[in-house]
Amino acid sequence: MIKKLLLTGCLIATSFIHASQAEPTSARQTELHNLLKNDCGACHGLTLQGGMGPALLPEKLAGKPDELLVTTILEGRKGTAMPPWKPFMNRDEVVWLVGVLRNR
Amino acid sequence: MNKLLLASNNVGWADDRKPNKLMLKMLYPLGHKGFLSSAQPTILALMLSFNVLAEPRATGDLGLIIEREDSTALIINTTEHKQLAKITGLGDLSHATVVFSRDQRYAYVFGRDGGLSKIDLLQDQLAKRIVQAGNSIGGAISQDGKLIAVSNYEPGGVKVFAADTLELVADIPAEYAPGKRSKVVGLVDAPGQKFVFSLFDAGEIWTLDMKNPQKPAIAKFKNIGKEPYDALMSPEGRFYIAGLFGESGLALLDLWDTAAGVKRILPTYGKDDDKLPVYKMPHLEGWAMAGDLLFAPAIGKHEVLVINKRDWTLLKAIPVLGQPVFVMARPDARQVWVNFAMPDNNHLQIIDVKDLAVTNMLTPGKAVLHMEFTPRGEQVWVALRDDNQVVVYDTATLQEAAPRLAAQHPNGIFFSSRAHKIGF
Repeated sequence: MIKKLLLTGCLIATSFIHASQAEPTSARQTELHNLLKNDCGACHGLTLQGGMGPALLPEKLAGKPDELLVTTILEGRKGTAMPPWKPFMNRDEVVWLVGVLRNR
Repeated sequence: MNKLLLASNNVGWADDRKPNKLMLKMLYPLGHKGFLSSAQPTILALMLSFNVLAEPRATGDLGLIIEREDSTALIINTTEHKQLAKITGLGDLSHATVVFSRDQRYAYVFGRDGGLSKIDLLQDQLAKRIVQAGNSIGGAISQDGKLIAVSNYEPGGVKVFAADTLELVADIPAEYAPGKRSKVVGLVDAPGQKFVFSLFDAGEIWTLDMKNPQKPAIAKFKNIGKEPYDALMSPEGRFYIAGLFGESGLALLDLWDTAAGVKRILPTYGKDDDKLPVYKMPHLEGWAMAGDLLFAPAIGKHEVLVINKRDWTLLKAIPVLGQPVFVMARPDARQVWVNFAMPDNNHLQIIDVKDLAVTNMLTPGKAVLHMEFTPRGEQVWVALRDDNQVVVYDTATLQEAAPRLAAQHPNGIFFSSRAHKIGF
């Protein structure tokens, strides 16, 4: 019961965090999904199981904080093939995308 | 009756085309026992219609279009510009490449998920499929056509299979330090029953001699440069050239003089310039060697590099619209066609080799991912991923030469004429 309450609490907290972000419009969500599939997918694989870049499956990302993922996507990673994606999306959109990756 | 049988056995099947299941059912309507005894009139009628069923098909002008999201490939006729069949169940094709058997009957598709699929172009069917690794990037067919090699990211290495059965012949882990395996890129065939490939994580080039399939012989070239991302083989099979992502220039191995080791081409080009972020790795497969000139994509720059093959120096850097992905010479080498990484991927530019300058730009549609020339180059087929179309251009007039073909998210076009080219 306590577990259940905790879980509910977490869910409410998560949805609260979400609500505080500006969620992309549904048209923009489609664009971002396509970008994920085609452009992220070019290196990370269509099914995100990895390629030149590492796998981006929820279990692979589990130990990594949101902020790290958001910064990596926005700024890229120096010394690797990961480019900065900020010319193509803003921070709110990246936060939303990280949520998609985490499957939440 | 026997004569008729003999006659109809002599026509119909191209090469060693075998009757398919449907034909066998029609030939043996009562099973083998009933043949020639109880069903003669039926058989006679069927024999007459048999030629229609088994219309001979040549495969020299066929090809495959890969549909990246559907695990499918279309068999197409490049002369008639039409789809002949759709082959399903090919796994994750978000990155894929294809080689062809030397009789041009079979296409071998290398998928992202480690899948190796053998497609029968005569019978429109999947002949065999294995999943040989967790994550792979490309493949090659041996000089004698008997071996298929696959380059894998996970687990990093090369596996070699018998072309007929797809049984494993050799497993070459790309282990460059104890317990450390590299992703393998730029795998090509080379004369002398060899394969050549590069180790992305290790900065090495390896040659693999398969003359004795039981005893693969490996030669390793180390410190060739940081992060080779792809490679090409010159059309005569002499020069293996790997593009470097992690530092400037290209790594060159002369297979006529391997003792000289790997040399660096353009070691300082762009070294101190700010590189643009790379949104799609360029591909070197599909060499662009035009006579004495090598055309290569400049990584992180809006340029195509023209390198003089005689002394491997830079002749010119041609400014182009965006970051080049494929830089491909028309088979007669008069034109070089270039497509681009996002956000410039709706365009194609055409370089006139006579002037070493961009002379034309085309905007065929959304997301130009790949192109393939007909064997003698009068046409080029272009895959438009986000328009679900393949467009065919007349390369002389730059006009569309046929109605656009429908294909779901096409990302690769491969013609069977590749069967007879070294390095494809």
